[in-house]
Amino acid sequence: MPAIIDYDDVEVGTRIPEREFRIRREDLVRYCGASGDFNVIHWNERAARDVGLPGVIAHGMYTMATAARLVTDWAGDPGSVVDYSVRFSSPVPVPDDDTGATLVASGVVEKKLEDNQVVVNLTVRFDGSKVLLASRATVQLA
Amino acid sequence: MPLNRDFVGRRFVADAPFLVGREHIRQFAAAIQDNSPLSHDLEAAKAAGYVDLVAPPTFLTAVALWRPVVPVRDPQLGLDYSLVVHVEQRYSLRRPVIAGDELVVSATIADIRQAGRNELLISEYEFVTTGGELVATARTALASRGTAA
Repeated sequence: MPAIIDYDDVEVGTRIPEREFRIRREDLVRYCGASGDFNVIHWNERAARDVGLPGVIAHGMYTMATAARLVTDWAGDPGSVVDYSVRFSSPVPVPDDDTGATLVASGVVEKKLEDNQVVVNLTVRFDGSKVLLASRATVQLA
Repeated sequence: MPLNRDFVGRRFVADAPFLVGREHIRQFAAAIQDNSPLSHDLEAAKAAGYVDLVAPPTFLTAVALWRPVVPVRDPQLGLDYSLVVHVEQRYSLRRPVIAGDELVVSATIADIRQAGRNELLISEYEFVTTGGELVATARTALASRGTAA
């Protein structure tokens, strides 16, 4: 498959450059419909505050999907991820304005496996805090 | 109220397969702002060797949520969904999900256990084509806040 990154050009320690990803309310509404997760805390300010949240928060799976984009864009193929796991550590509030929330994601190759696969350790921060822990993707390279 | 441990080991299978739609892949990719041509442009996907559009790796979330199998709202299980937080997620893909796949979703409740004041509900999913090919597995951990005995 057409990965842009060649396995032989990647070493343990190779970095995927940091990128910013912006999430707005509209994106969450689109994600509700596309994913089928209509939990009110992802679109209804009143309901989110009622359960003690600061406001509407992003789906954890939206954050997980965003971190995957860092890897699939790097590899050049959304089909390149063969294993992907995360732990969700803190919520990402998405304010009702034109700016939304900004995630900062980066990655580093921590292992080279057989069959041209590599393990990428992902770091995703919001407001300086990690929002994903133990976030690792195994990626099929060319 | 603690969750009902009798559910550990039970397996649930969707009563109908999930047909992965081309437009659904485009909509999902647009929602996560993924502009990869392989998820949007059929010619690009074919040029890359795929038979149809390629789903982003977490598209399986949509499959599992639009074809729910774990009975999270069954009163017998005793889960108050307003107390639920998603704490862990893993996807293992044998191959990418491609438009046109017909996937049968099944899930086993692998464990229910205490974690401090919370309880964890661990579910293990399988996504198998109607032809019997295992495409992917998933593991989901939900926390039920404050319900530990």
